[in-house]
Amino acid sequence: MTATTETTSFAVNPERSVDLLRFATAGSVDDGKSTLIGRLLYDSKTIFEDQLESVEQVSKDRGNDYTDLALLTDGLRAEREQGITIDVAYRYFATPKRKFIIADTPGHIQYTRNMVTGASTADVALILVDARKGVLEQSRRHTFLATLLGVPHIVVCVNKMDLVDYSEDVFEQIRTEFTEFASRLRVPDLTFIPVSALVGDNVVNRSDNMSWFDGSPLLSHLERLHVASDRNLMDVRFPVQYVVRPQSHDARDYRGYAGTVASGVMKPGDKVLALPSGLETTIAAIDTADGPVSEAFPPMSVTVRLADEIDISRGDMICRPNNTPAALQDIDAQVCWMDETAPLVKGKKYAIKHTTRWARAMVKEINYRVDVNSLHRDEEATEIRLNEIGRIQLRVTQPLFVDPYRQNRQTGAFILVDESTNRTVAAGMVGGLPHSA
Amino acid sequence: MTAHVLSQLRSLEAESIHIFREVVAEMQRPCLLFSGGKDSIVMLHIAAKAFAPARIPFPIMHVDTGLNFQTVLDCRDRWVERLGVQLVVASVQDAIDRGLVREEPNGSRNRIQTPVLLEAVEKNGFDAAFGGGRRDEEKARAKERVFSFRDDFGQWDPKNQRPEIWNLYNGRVHQGESIRVFPLSNWTELDIWSYIEAENIDIPDLYLAREREVVARGGMLYEVNEFTPLREGESAETKSVRYRTVGDANLTAAVESTASTLREIVEETAAVRLTERGATRGDDRVSEAAMEDRKREGYF
Ligand SMILES: Nc1nc2c(ncn2[C@@H]2O[C@H](COP(=O)(O)OP(=O)(O)OP(=O)(O)O)[C@@H](O)[C@H]2O)c(=O)[nH]1
Ligand SMILES: [Mg+2]
Repeated sequence: MTATTETTSFAVNPERSVDLLRFATAGSVDDGKSTLIGRLLYDSKTIFEDQLESVEQVSKDRGNDYTDLALLTDGLRAEREQGITIDVAYRYFATPKRKFIIADTPGHIQYTRNMVTGASTADVALILVDARKGVLEQSRRHTFLATLLGVPHIVVCVNKMDLVDYSEDVFEQIRTEFTEFASRLRVPDLTFIPVSALVGDNVVNRSDNMSWFDGSPLLSHLERLHVASDRNLMDVRFPVQYVVRPQSHDARDYRGYAGTVASGVMKPGDKVLALPSGLETTIAAIDTADGPVSEAFPPMSVTVRLADEIDISRGDMICRPNNTPAALQDIDAQVCWMDETAPLVKGKKYAIKHTTRWARAMVKEINYRVDVNSLHRDEEATEIRLNEIGRIQLRVTQPLFVDPYRQNRQTGAFILVDESTNRTVAAGMVGGLPHSA
Repeated sequence: MTAHVLSQLRSLEAESIHIFREVVAEMQRPCLLFSGGKDSIVMLHIAAKAFAPARIPFPIMHVDTGLNFQTVLDCRDRWVERLGVQLVVASVQDAIDRGLVREEPNGSRNRIQTPVLLEAVEKNGFDAAFGGGRRDEEKARAKERVFSFRDDFGQWDPKNQRPEIWNLYNGRVHQGESIRVFPLSNWTELDIWSYIEAENIDIPDLYLAREREVVARGGMLYEVNEFTPLREGESAETKSVRYRTVGDANLTAAVESTASTLREIVEETAAVRLTERGATRGDDRVSEAAMEDRKREGYF
């Protein structure tokens, strides 16, 4: 919500293309992530007066001589007491150009899995680096995770520039070091901005203290970032979520397959193929509660009717006959381990959820564990512990319809769930497929 | 549309529909917690869309504090009738009479709703309950997952939440445990109003500004009615006011406003400078962490 009346023009019409940009903060403890988000909200006049009064009061009670803007997102009692972020906070703001969903994630290594939660759906990762400390292990870990999660845009905010006399040299050194590290990763789009979250340089307003910097302040960069082309509109993938079969008299013959378009564009009349049956038919109609639509694309939630009665249920996948995902029971994947109680080990079985399908999976092999600092692969590794990343081979009880994660963030992703505790223990990303690897 | 870009409101709607379908497909017995306020109405409206042309395949539950505005109850009943959903009412008054909970000295039934809610969830065997909470409402809500795990006491543990990655929600629970699900997590108050306007959704008329008899108390304006009668020495005045939230009739304050149409409410919402809870809820002002504490105990 913003204070400017300009915002109302787009709030009126739900079809008007004000799009949604999701971004997540990342970086080491105390690099200033939460402060930066607070500053962004404050300088874009998105903070409500009662919220501001409350953080001013708390700051004063603690004897701070400035208002601690991190308190705007650090909402849990334990976070406020310790001055750190423990779990993701979601914040929202809009400018006349865009609506933003912010995930402010913790820098503390113990809470890395919460960073993964925040970054998994992000279009942009804002990696903060403390200008005094440079690129730390946790900056590298988070950058590596962001690229592993396929976040298409990375913005490195070199923060606390006020503490290094706004030095261009410091900024350039960090830029060089970071670029060197990033060149070994898959980073499609990398930008650097020198900021001071505390003072407000280059966050919403251009800084007078760094005339040597000719790039945009953070907010204008985020407003202009082109994200539409990051989505996969090529490969039709429609995981069936739910079969709609009304019990009422007038709609008794209705049978629709409800789901969210994972990728591609679907139209009535399109020839489609259903997995696992392999049967082909055509799309008779694409329904929504507001009537049929002429096409469906991500992330629309629709209900598809087919020309022929074929047996389809939840967990099945609708795609095009000449463009199908691989149906695999042996999966090669990278995993980020999230369970503090037990490591991932060879031979252990888990529940696996991929799109709308649950199955069971066994760890057949651990290929290697990645050292996030050096990106070195330890092939002797026999387990993957909390917050570690590794490459593994899984055997699944039934075929999953997968694409490589790099091509498809929806059909390339899965989670592992511990069958006794029901906790989500891993985020998994399908690697290259056997024939292409 | 032609560029295959979905507007932000339609993206939010699509996400909410996805969440509803996921829960219905995976959980044994979900229900929707319906308060009669704007968020639960929007939630119900989207639930209807998610399963159309079939009916909503779960009951809705109203935890009735006995302190409802009549127009809110009327609106609730219109929705039940229109959608043909089953309504379960859990009565706080009844729970007081049975001795399950005790009336609090300040007259707020906000906190004592929790045991009533938990009892009803258990009695009906609900393993998932949809709530209309939004993360922009309050700093503890901003931290909560879409699928929020509750132990067998209905409690939330904010320091130990399940990772929630992509849209691969994990609703697995053991017997007695449950999840709260928040399909509107990513909506803001402005989104809600823009959507109500765009979809022309039926809401209680309390939300629209009218001249009402009000009394000022502790910096807030309360309508003079059976729940908040004038006290000794107070005097009423007539003001154009509306409600931004509807909680208990005895504790929900109105705000001064002339926004009497949905369009005007959208415009006003885009310009307001106070959160809806800060502006209207006597019950949330109690302490810095009031909401976190209530949520730990099993509150909505
Ligand atoms: N001088 C100066 N101090 C800053 C700046 N940004 C943040 N700080 C201070 O750095 C400390 C840590 O800031 P936070 O925003 O809590 O850091 P964080 O990255 O969110 O930390 P975690 O979430 O716990 O990982 C606070 O004392 C901030 O006031 C800055 O630009 N300049
Ligand atoms: Mg933080």
